[in-house]
Amino acid sequence: MPEKTTNLLLAGVGGQGTILASKIICAALQEAGHDVKQAEVHGMAQRGGSVVTQIRFGNQVHSPLFGRGEAQVLVAFERLEGLRYLPMLAPGGTVILNDQAILPVPVIMGAQAYPEDAVLRLKEEAGDLLVVQAKEIAAELGNPKAANTVLVGALAGWMARTATNRLTQAHWLSALATQIPEKHRQVNERAFLAGWEVGRR
Amino acid sequence: MKVLLSGNEAIARGAWEAGVGVAAAYPGTPSTEILETLATLPEVRAQWSPNEKVALEVAYGAAVAGSRALAAMKHVGLNVAADPLLSAAYTGVNGGLVVVTADDPGMHSSQNEQDNRHYARMAKIPCVEPSDSQEAKDFTALAFDLSEEFDTPVLLRTTTRISHSKSLVEVGERTARFLKEYAKEPSKYVIIPAHARVRHSVVEARLLDLADYAERTPLNRVEWRDKRIGVIASGISYQYVREVLPEASVLKLGLTFPLPAGLIASFAAQVETVWVVEELEPFIEDQVKAMGIRCRGKDALPREGEFNPDTLRRAILDTGAPPAGPAPGSPALPVRPPVLCPGCPHRGVFYALKQLNLTVTGDIGCYTLGVMPPLEAMDTCLCMGASISAAIGMVKANSDLIGHTVAVIGDSTFLHSGMTGLLDAVYNKAPIPVLILDNRTTAMTGHQDHPGTGRTLQGEPAAALDYLALAKALGVKRVSVVDPLNLEQLKARLREDLAAGEPAVIVARRPCALLSRKPAAPLAVDPAACRMCRSCLRIGCPAISAAGGTVAIDPGLCNGCGLCAGVCKFNAIGKAGEASA
Ligand SMILES: Cc1ncc(C[n+]2csc(CCOP(=O)(O)OP(=O)(O)O)c2C)c(N)n1
Repeated sequence: MPEKTTNLLLAGVGGQGTILASKIICAALQEAGHDVKQAEVHGMAQRGGSVVTQIRFGNQVHSPLFGRGEAQVLVAFERLEGLRYLPMLAPGGTVILNDQAILPVPVIMGAQAYPEDAVLRLKEEAGDLLVVQAKEIAAELGNPKAANTVLVGALAGWMARTATNRLTQAHWLSALATQIPEKHRQVNERAFLAGWEVGRR
Repeated sequence: MKVLLSGNEAIARGAWEAGVGVAAAYPGTPSTEILETLATLPEVRAQWSPNEKVALEVAYGAAVAGSRALAAMKHVGLNVAADPLLSAAYTGVNGGLVVVTADDPGMHSSQNEQDNRHYARMAKIPCVEPSDSQEAKDFTALAFDLSEEFDTPVLLRTTTRISHSKSLVEVGERTARFLKEYAKEPSKYVIIPAHARVRHSVVEARLLDLADYAERTPLNRVEWRDKRIGVIASGISYQYVREVLPEASVLKLGLTFPLPAGLIASFAAQVETVWVVEELEPFIEDQVKAMGIRCRGKDALPREGEFNPDTLRRAILDTGAPPAGPAPGSPALPVRPPVLCPGCPHRGVFYALKQLNLTVTGDIGCYTLGVMPPLEAMDTCLCMGASISAAIGMVKANSDLIGHTVAVIGDSTFLHSGMTGLLDAVYNKAPIPVLILDNRTTAMTGHQDHPGTGRTLQGEPAAALDYLALAKALGVKRVSVVDPLNLEQLKARLREDLAAGEPAVIVARRPCALLSRKPAAPLAVDPAACRMCRSCLRIGCPAISAAGGTVAIDPGLCNGCGLCAGVCKFNAIGKAGEASA
């Protein structure tokens, strides 16, 4: 019986480092011997649009894309984006949320309102919600840009606690080593470990 | 060793392993990373060309000279390069020539969703379609062999989902290749009518040989499973079929032109229902039907947009409409449209154009965002290069527009296909100012160098075009350089040039905000001086918000460009920490 494919969705805003985060995740999955496929949307995303990455892993993955209601885990780098991609979450799925709001231009212009109840709605609809103060944690460690690695750590810790997969902390640390340039590695390792603790709860 | 590669990285790797010697491209999503990857591999002369036509001609010349050569472009790029492609199909090649077209179903970052497999049919050349990164690498290498065996350019067609998805690839080493001998052969390579008539017969005969090859190529294969449903699929659609119909038999086509008629007929004869699953046009389906084979396909599957597994579930398994969206009554979520970055030099230009209330023929690049609120200062945008030529047509048709119409074009776009339009404006006396937005890069596609930046694809120093000298040489008498963030200077110059009654070139020069390493200190609003007039909000800078009832500048986003300070009538915006004067 082939192992079921697991689906992860990363959603954020251009510039938040979702793409590096997904590289680290894929490298760790590959280290652990999984077949992996990753799909992302490039292009206009760079200019402050939503950025979404899908990651699938298991014995053998065919489609790089999955559909609505199929993500076991949604890693939301921003509250509104979490809410936007909530329909992708599988029933009972987990949301790992970076507790940050980045206002889109229509909100800045006063044309639309930012959903103030985002966390509440996520809590209601997700099977499990893990709120991470990723930006603050990363800032304390000396580089707010490492918020993405904090979230990767939270995902890793959560997976180690709950999911049946082959990933150990060693797989993750070796993925960090291959994906992050030497000069940023230390702070990112600390960011990862801080996230890991949050994920393990 | 297995590595995780995007389809584009895998194509580059496959070309490298197959011994490619020369590669050329003009950037375009989703194709750009092919050349960016090739540039990092040894022994390949990789280059950005000013446009796709030039890129394909460079690759063609390299192939004629005996090297393996590759040209890569996005789907609409092949429209620009169609001329050399269709005649290269007649002359044939010497070293292998692979032309990569990266199509964009769903228009993630394109102006249309044309299906470029039609080009293979029109040019009568083979079309190869990989379905994951491993195939992208393997098929690229095979395409070079095919090109040399049949003496034809080969079209390698990917889509965004193939080019940008990552999957594991077993990589190999480079096979050493020697240049094939080049021999002068005008009857083949000089395509005058007398030669072309002979060559056309060669093309027709070659197509028959290729159809024969299609029956036996490893690019096509049958996977027998349950015979109630038999699916014909290629590219990314194959993966969706395996996902959604794991039990169905599949005829997987890696060569989608010419089609293997015999293989298709025998496959169809052994299954109960034939489905053809393909994104965009019924390219395979129409041909299957023309073979007299009954099949399902576009009667249930959409012609528009990109597929995903759900698309197939709904159409083939009849699972009904997609799950409902948000519950009725819940407010719509704010959209996050792409915006000009904080500090983007384009913002000043469109703000000035809006203030002057001009008719603006636009072009393609980051600056197309000038059409979005609150700037909304663009009237047309058609294809790369069309800004100048369309402005000529507008003022020729409607004299009321003279003195109120400007063309706006990015630096990379100007070099791609704007120069000929400018020449036309001079030659045909069209009184239009042309704003060249010289942000020193091709920003839209991720900051590629071009002939105006002074650097090559590999980042080595190169000649940088002098726009003013070029404009003068084309016959433009009114030429100037302005700072796009200096609104008064820009508007004054525009007014003068609009009144001049002759073509003019204004180079609005300031590097892309994402390129400047050391941004200026962020600005802040002095709440005591601010009268909440909201003028600064009208420049559409994502760093400025009025969300909390007061205007505030996000210091994490602001890069101190100063445009907002310039539009503030109350001097309420200044360097953070300094009281405004
Ligand atoms: C024929 C064609 N080739 C490539 C593209 C992809 N593309 C869109 S805009 C652009 C260049 C934009 O550069 P530039 O004109 O310098 O403007 P910027 O984005 O820097 O503002 C490219 C390569 C396209 N749309 N059409």
